[in-house]
Amino acid sequence: MMQWLEWFTRWENTKPVGLVIFFVTFVGILWYVYLGASKGRLESYKNMPFLDDDTVYKEDKQ
Amino acid sequence: MGAAAGSPAQQYNYEVIKKFAIMTLVWGVVGMAAGVYIAAELAWPHLNFGIPYIEFGRLRPVHTNLVIFGFGGSALFATSYYVVQRTCQTRLFSDGLASFTFWGWQAAMVLAPISYMLGHTKSREYAEMEWPLVLLVEVTWVAYLLVFVGTIMKRKQPHIYVSNWFYLAFILAVALLWTFNNLTIPVSLFHMKSYSLFSGVQDAMLQWWYGHNAVGFFLTAAFLGMMYYFVPKQAGRPIYSYRLSIVHFWALSFLYMWAGGHHLHWTALPDWTSTLAATFSIMLLLPSWGGMINGIMTLSGAWDKLRTDPVMRFLIVALSFYGMATFEGPMMALKNVNALSHYTNWTIGHVHSGTLGWVSMITFGSFYHLIPKLWNRKLYSVKLVTVHFWLATIGVLLYIIAMWISGITQGLMWRAFDAYGNLQYSFVESVAAIHPFMVMRWVGGVFFLTGTLLMVYNCYMTVRAGAPETEPAGGNLQPAGANA
Repeated sequence: MMQWLEWFTRWENTKPVGLVIFFVTFVGILWYVYLGASKGRLESYKNMPFLDDDTVYKEDKQ
Repeated sequence: MGAAAGSPAQQYNYEVIKKFAIMTLVWGVVGMAAGVYIAAELAWPHLNFGIPYIEFGRLRPVHTNLVIFGFGGSALFATSYYVVQRTCQTRLFSDGLASFTFWGWQAAMVLAPISYMLGHTKSREYAEMEWPLVLLVEVTWVAYLLVFVGTIMKRKQPHIYVSNWFYLAFILAVALLWTFNNLTIPVSLFHMKSYSLFSGVQDAMLQWWYGHNAVGFFLTAAFLGMMYYFVPKQAGRPIYSYRLSIVHFWALSFLYMWAGGHHLHWTALPDWTSTLAATFSIMLLLPSWGGMINGIMTLSGAWDKLRTDPVMRFLIVALSFYGMATFEGPMMALKNVNALSHYTNWTIGHVHSGTLGWVSMITFGSFYHLIPKLWNRKLYSVKLVTVHFWLATIGVLLYIIAMWISGITQGLMWRAFDAYGNLQYSFVESVAAIHPFMVMRWVGGVFFLTGTLLMVYNCYMTVRAGAPETEPAGGNLQPAGANA
């Protein structure tokens, strides 16, 4: 029953599997960030530090 | 605990931040002074005075612990509590627990140096603390995690700002690192001494998995969290690319974990492990420079601020040093470069271009923004910030140039052979050759420490004598035009 787990204990198996998992995850993150539907929403979060301004100075927006 | 409407000082827990901010400056001065003194000991060994408590081997961990954990750690507690409250728009999860993190951390910072001077050490770099102190830090750190996560969970903003991601990764990673690198067995319940659970090369690998990720998460990821909040705030414009910051975060967090083996090139460590670590070190260049570019490009279109605002200059020069150190690091992780650089002063120079150039400068810049906000005062003197900036910059440059020259000198002399295949130089000849640069390094340290003392004075005058921000600056006080 546990035999399929032993397959993972061999370096020649785990190394390429690890590579595929990590690479796919990385490509997935890139896809989500730059091509996904939410890219505009993500970019809007850059303004969060300015939502809570109590400063008496006007922020210099050029 | 409930967040009251009103001024930020009432709405948020600023008390614990103020305490951490003050201790940041205190440990900065004490830790850097210890560094200047041991630098003097290396140049003029009679300064050991034959007193065991202040000899180099015991004072060195006092210096490293106080600047990394005392100065850097307190700065991270202060800024993370500030940023998480301001970007989640909610009060800290528990005032009591936050206060506990303050006293726990400060107790460790007082007790650890005393124990080192008395000769108690695990002899693991940046993890010298013996087991009772390890437990104190461990409990404090778990409380820190609870406060931080608890605050994020009751946030009023749907999104978690990127700074908090970096801070959270830092807290989680350091919890893991601290726990596993401190798995030791005490000699007895009433004895300070303990021995590692691991031995030989496994023990060394564990230590440098810890050591490199202490650099990666304590001194890099966490300070990047600081950068992603305070650079936009001081510049008055949002970060260049929020999406780049997301890729930056995941790539940096993933890659750092694998690079520790490059501290053990040409040792009993298996060759493939060395190669793996070197490869990941090279890959680290990409997220590091991505983050640096993201920070610097935030000023795109407002470069004139570098001329007019010395606080901005601190932040941007910090990022420049970050870029330089993260180029130098991967280069030194290459096995052939490492064969020359390892065990020499080049390594010390590399560490200090990161810690003085990046960590300290980003902290100085952030604090010149933070301190006036916390106390609702105008900064006492912008001119003093400019003087501090130049003292710090000249100090770092003197330091790292001295270390480059002396390090490469050492590396070359140690591996020089004569015509018969014997070593050309004795060790003491290499010591004599680098003596002028030991003095030069000390001068650099004095510059840097002097700048920090100026900052302490400036902050003290801001808190004690500065005009409240809501009122016009009066009397003989200089206005803080750049502190918007």
